[in-house]
Amino acid sequence: MTGIEYRDRLRRQMLPHILCPGCGHGIVLKALLRAARSLELDWDRTVFVAGIGCSSRLVGYIDGCTLHTTHGRALTFATGMKLARPELTVIVITGDGDGLAIGGNHLIHAARRDVDLTCLLLNNETYGMTGGQAAPTAEPGAISTTTPGGARERSFDACALAVAAGASFVARGATSLPLELDGLIARGIAHRGFSFLEIASDCPEYFGRYNQLGRGPEMLQLQRRRLDEVDRTLRAKRSLGSRRAEGPPPLRTGVLHERPA
Amino acid sequence: MSELLQGNRACVQAAIASGCRFFAGYPITPSSEIAESMARLLPEVGGVFMQMEDEMASLGAVLGASLAGSPAMTATSGPGFSLMQEHIGYAALAEIPCVVIDVMRGGPSTGLPTRPSQGDVMQARWGTHGDHPVVALVPASVPEIYELTSLAFALSERLRVPALVLYDEVVGHLREPVDLGTLRLSRAERRRPTVEPSAYRPYAPDADLVPPLADFGTGYRFHVTGLTHDEAGRPTEDPAVVGALHRRLQEKVARARDDVVSFAGIGLEDAEVVVVAYGIAARAAERAVTDARARGERLGLFRPRTLWPFPDVELRAVAERVHTIVVAEMNLGQVVLEVERIVAGRARVEACLRADGTALTPDDVAHAVASAAGALA
Ligand code: SF4
Repeated sequence: MTGIEYRDRLRRQMLPHILCPGCGHGIVLKALLRAARSLELDWDRTVFVAGIGCSSRLVGYIDGCTLHTTHGRALTFATGMKLARPELTVIVITGDGDGLAIGGNHLIHAARRDVDLTCLLLNNETYGMTGGQAAPTAEPGAISTTTPGGARERSFDACALAVAAGASFVARGATSLPLELDGLIARGIAHRGFSFLEIASDCPEYFGRYNQLGRGPEMLQLQRRRLDEVDRTLRAKRSLGSRRAEGPPPLRTGVLHERPA
Repeated sequence: MSELLQGNRACVQAAIASGCRFFAGYPITPSSEIAESMARLLPEVGGVFMQMEDEMASLGAVLGASLAGSPAMTATSGPGFSLMQEHIGYAALAEIPCVVIDVMRGGPSTGLPTRPSQGDVMQARWGTHGDHPVVALVPASVPEIYELTSLAFALSERLRVPALVLYDEVVGHLREPVDLGTLRLSRAERRRPTVEPSAYRPYAPDADLVPPLADFGTGYRFHVTGLTHDEAGRPTEDPAVVGALHRRLQEKVARARDDVVSFAGIGLEDAEVVVVAYGIAARAAERAVTDARARGERLGLFRPRTLWPFPDVELRAVAERVHTIVVAEMNLGQVVLEVERIVAGRARVEACLRADGTALTPDDVAHAVASAAGALA
């Protein structure tokens, strides 16, 4: 979509933002604003709710009704708000640590309840706000300040989790496919019921640096090579570049699950 | 007309009569009757009942509903009250009205799920991290649960603070004859902004230091955060702004003190020894005091209905006139510390404590008073 004035939807008195150069989260924010515009959301009746972490800070920059809650618990505030005032469109922004570690229980119950919320989980495999510790989505082998010898635990598949818990719309997007992201977010918001979108994002400041994956542009290129169809070709050619013990698993994007709520 | 009503059910009736339209909770003994009654009664008045996955979620949902304009509450007991501290702090800083009922049982930890205690009174004051205002009310009977639950809603909505109601398992499960028509309901509307949405500053206080609160979804677009913020709601670390915010949060409750603080007394005009007690312990103390007065002894009762803020000026005035104050409570000595601080040597302070899962008895109080008098003689 062309011609959108992002400035008109941003709270300019909150700027400059806190994101590091090259951070993937800004790409998601822009996609969200484009999706909201394509749906012509009533800005006075749309609430953006977030937890704690770099991704959760995005809501503060949106010139709407915005609620920056506690670590992991954004979905609980969102649930109460939606039920108390059903005419609101409620969009939750969370991260991998926020939504899958400290808030994991709230996520599965929000999915099970299937209340009409949209949840964007920005997955960069790390705790950026606190300095680059391992997130529950970090792939085995990932280096972080708390896994200096490489992560040993299995990582969460957030989308599979959301499907199993009962979410009626589950999709995965990626910051390296920003235009596909608009459409996925718009479909998630339009879906009535709990919409869960995992968005592969990047943290060049910590995850990229510790794992020697380069800065923002290099990380985007790497992410692009993980995308399912690209990945298959590359695997065939055995040229997938990664310094980790095993290459990261392929990323399947698009709508993965949808049923009427 | 009188009816036999259980404490926990009186709490629900008062909440709904005072405008509560949202309840979220998690089952826990001995508070579960509150959730069960809410599940039946709230939908009848167009309200929403939600059973959540835990206590953090319960209070989170309450705060979300409150920001959407619904007066909202939750109810729990000790272990759940511990888990709710995170969101009590959030409500205090973000200034979101909410009511939390804590039906106290023996702790710490799982403790004594079906037995009474008054062990959460200091947690109510200091349970969440950082300096913060709270209002905590401590009813001692079924009718008082009704009146103070209602008052909690009024104060919470008016002052934009978390309002806590603490009573022990015995009062919660007590059935007493109540004539609801004779009881006082407090009603205070939340103050909404009168300025245009574009001029709205969500944390700019009125003269009473309480900022008007717009409902989300009514045309006012603003930011609410648990970060320390300026009057526009923007996160800030500016020491002048941060310091002023913390002082305002304390001061808004202090200014409303006379509408918040209340206590009941027996024989305070001529007493030489006064028992300070709240909740079910005050019922035992009341019996000990009236028995003693029937025998001609000059014993009095000072019964706070508000624990936080404490009726300190009033107690200090009593302390000037008596030689001994006996604090009777069902814990190992919590409010007695506050009483010692307030009395500050004006009278002797003794404690009458029980922390074994049973309620204090009139005999406990009588013995404590006798031994305090003996020690003096
Ligand atoms: S620390 Fe990482 S996730 Fe956070 S803003 Fe910086 S790059 Fe983005």
